[in-house]
Amino acid sequence: MGLGSLGRRLYSGEASINFVGRRKMWYLISAAILLVAIAALLIRGLNLGIEFRGGAEFRLPSPTCSVEQARSTASAAAGGEAIVTQTGAGDIRVQVPPIDTKTSTEVVKALSAECGVPAGDIQTQLVGPSWGGEITKKALVALVVFLLLVAIFLAIYFEWRMALAALVALIHDIVITVGIYALTGLEVTPATVIGFLTILGYSLYDTVVVFDKVKENTRGITGQSVMTYSEAANLAVNQTLVRSINTSIVALLPVVAIIVVGAGLLGAGTLLDLAVALLVGMLAGAYSSLTIATVLLAQLKESQPEMKALAQRVRGRRAAGRTKEGEEGVALPDSGGRVQPKKQVRSKRPKRG
Amino acid sequence: MAAPSNPRPWRSLVVLFVLLVGLAAWAFWPGHSLTPKLGLDLSGGTQVILTPQPITAGQPITDVQIQQAQEIIRKRVNGLGVTEAEISIVGSNIMVSVPGVTSDRLVELVGRTALLDFRAVQDELPPQPAAPQPTPTPSPSATAPSPTQTPIPTASATKSASASLNLADTASPSPSPSPTTSPTTSPTPAPSPSPSPTVKPVLEIVQSPNNDAAYQEKVLALDCTNPETAAGGSPDDPTLWLGTCLQGGGLKYNLQPAFIRGTNVASASAQPPQNGVGGWSVNLTFDSEGAKALTEASQKLVALPECQVGTPGPCNAFAIVLDGVVVSSPRFNQAIIGGNASITGDFTKQSAEDLANVLNYGALPVKLEISEVTSVSPTLGADQLRGGIIAGIIGLVLVMLYLLLYYRALGLVAGASLILAGGMTYTAFVGMGNSTGLALTLAAIAGAIVSIGITADSFIVYFERIRDEIRDGKSLRQATDAGWSRARRTLLAADFVSLLAAIVLFFLAIGGVQGFAFALGLTTVIDVIVAFLFTRPLVVLFGRTSWMQRGSVLTGLDPRRLGGHSLVMSTTKGRKSVAATKAQASAEKNVDANEEGEL
Repeated sequence: MGLGSLGRRLYSGEASINFVGRRKMWYLISAAILLVAIAALLIRGLNLGIEFRGGAEFRLPSPTCSVEQARSTASAAAGGEAIVTQTGAGDIRVQVPPIDTKTSTEVVKALSAECGVPAGDIQTQLVGPSWGGEITKKALVALVVFLLLVAIFLAIYFEWRMALAALVALIHDIVITVGIYALTGLEVTPATVIGFLTILGYSLYDTVVVFDKVKENTRGITGQSVMTYSEAANLAVNQTLVRSINTSIVALLPVVAIIVVGAGLLGAGTLLDLAVALLVGMLAGAYSSLTIATVLLAQLKESQPEMKALAQRVRGRRAAGRTKEGEEGVALPDSGGRVQPKKQVRSKRPKRG
Repeated sequence: MAAPSNPRPWRSLVVLFVLLVGLAAWAFWPGHSLTPKLGLDLSGGTQVILTPQPITAGQPITDVQIQQAQEIIRKRVNGLGVTEAEISIVGSNIMVSVPGVTSDRLVELVGRTALLDFRAVQDELPPQPAAPQPTPTPSPSATAPSPTQTPIPTASATKSASASLNLADTASPSPSPSPTTSPTTSPTPAPSPSPSPTVKPVLEIVQSPNNDAAYQEKVLALDCTNPETAAGGSPDDPTLWLGTCLQGGGLKYNLQPAFIRGTNVASASAQPPQNGVGGWSVNLTFDSEGAKALTEASQKLVALPECQVGTPGPCNAFAIVLDGVVVSSPRFNQAIIGGNASITGDFTKQSAEDLANVLNYGALPVKLEISEVTSVSPTLGADQLRGGIIAGIIGLVLVMLYLLLYYRALGLVAGASLILAGGMTYTAFVGMGNSTGLALTLAAIAGAIVSIGITADSFIVYFERIRDEIRDGKSLRQATDAGWSRARRTLLAADFVSLLAAIVLFFLAIGGVQGFAFALGLTTVIDVIVAFLFTRPLVVLFGRTSWMQRGSVLTGLDPRRLGGHSLVMSTTKGRKSVAATKAQASAEKNVDANEEGEL
């Protein structure tokens, strides 16, 4: 497996991807994506499911009628324009504006007669507009409480800079995911909201694993002058890179399985809605914990006086050793890992001062 | 931070074994179901979410009112004879879940205000079933289709003039003169907001188109002694005769078909004592249809003798019937012309207001708006379940294959851990279904599937740490220990964040989010248990085998590929004997170059 030896090279610092040093690039990429996401959100808005708009939905398994027939039948019975779609599994899904239960029964009867589906097999859903709003409201309250608690936890377990960086990465992921929903016009259902909420947990989980390595690598970093905080953080990202890749693959495999099964066997539904949100969110989460979270953290840390002093020392030391290094400063050299110190066996560590 | 110098894998495994046995015993206790309780979206059924609205706009809705509404809905649903209905409070909403059937009737029933009608009393009977009372036989109108006429002279007309219709409380042996306190002090005082898995015995009201012998026999067999069964909940057909109980029990009635429907009541209000005299009363206004019917009925009834328990009727009383039970049975003091009436009697402020509310809105203390109705056919539910299970199995197999390919022997450990975690999750869901009624929903299945990845990540973090330690030149044994002590911290921190998310979502969010959060929290806890008590000891035991120590490619910890040194050498000679790989050497050269540069 290529990843195994890549892992070795990444771990030793022999191979290194310069995440932290390309700060501007990551910021630009993220800013661009976020801009598109927010623009899409503002211009196109979200395609809210009937749970949020209010209305009624009927699902007809194995219908004998055409989409057009179902549309005219449902529109007539419901007294409003019906939106009819065919799902991947061949079911017909009919959505109509808000109606009362009596009308709903009539629509079911009409569709049952027209499409040859027993009334008992027709899945119906009737939603008043306030209910979806309440789900969302509660979810948002839960979100805010969760963010507060997790910020406190991260600030205690790590430090406030890491908490801040992790939360920024988290919001980054959510905005991107929501933006993709706006862009593609995928329907937002309560299941999608669940998916968004999962991304919270997942994105933070991912970031915590990376940050834990950063914390380990930077313990007592001010006591040496071989590498700057940014470099140590970059090494940490590289050292956890294999794990991050593996984790992302392993986390995405079940999600992809849900999407395949969901689209193939079930058609639109809770599982599919949720999985699509997860797929997008997990990709964004993997990206941001490697880049935005760590980059932002390094930037925050580098503004600390002791880290500035450290960077100064490292620079001075390098300038003395290599004239070519020049004004590269805090950022890592472009050449990648050539000068990046590896994590050494203790006996090999520099003893001279 | 120090790695446990002497890890005791067997002890951990024993602890795990005990834990598993306990879990299995709890979940699969004889007599319990062996499968998880399925939510409506998987088993099929109807779910109605009702949002209480204040009767007068702007008034806040109290928790007590919601609980009352819940109780009343519970009665109605039970009255349908539906088993396993669940009526729970979700946020400020009431959720009614009825598995198995998709029923329009259910939706109509729970959402509407209660069915109210006014019926003339034919007989007042003692509450005991089939009592040896003389009542039945001499009924004058055994087969008469219209028994109401009975032109008894207008002798016992009235005694008071004041209000039109007067709650004279029918000389009853029954509890208090104001039976209408019932809506608030409903007999089942909201034991818990959650399921009523076994339906309480329901009052089987008796209905028939005629007051015939067969019907009368059934009425006599009615048992009105149990206040629980006489709580009501089975809406009656107003066009038929009705044999039923006084709400809360204590008295039995044989009632004629309704002469006024609840919909004919235009308004009702509680009135304080007039000029400080007497008690509270309830004022009623009927619409024109109701007024006409009332005039007719009052003219007829006022002429009849007063009702006596056990004396065959008809007699001068009418019953206000709500959802099949009698909430009040006043008599007419005089014929009522025009649509206004007032019920007087021994009312308190509370009981008068309660009766007025019943008359206005049925027994519900609040208006209920139907927020959501979802009905899933059992076949579709089964499809969803199958889809979820297939997706879960595919996901699990893919993850295990990947881990096996990448981590080789360690992948086996990871695979076994995943299967164990999956089994524990399933068992926990069975146990939760049995003990708390928590149902497995599609959202929960999704949560469990997603957690496969997070659980697997625990192993990945650990294995990568072990590899890192081997790259650092540690022996396999040292690496598994040092790697664990580091991975452990990461795992706990990361899992804590997941758990925090799950807990917050579970307690603050509603709807499907809750089921999902529960699954996420449960699998996170299981992840920690499996990682600590299974994966870790298994890796330690593996690490002790000579095969692993030789570091074959198949172990997944081949030091040559990882860039460490020979494990065999290191275990015998320790780290000083490192035969560093080229890569390491070259990496070190870089650093050396730097360090030299500084001098």
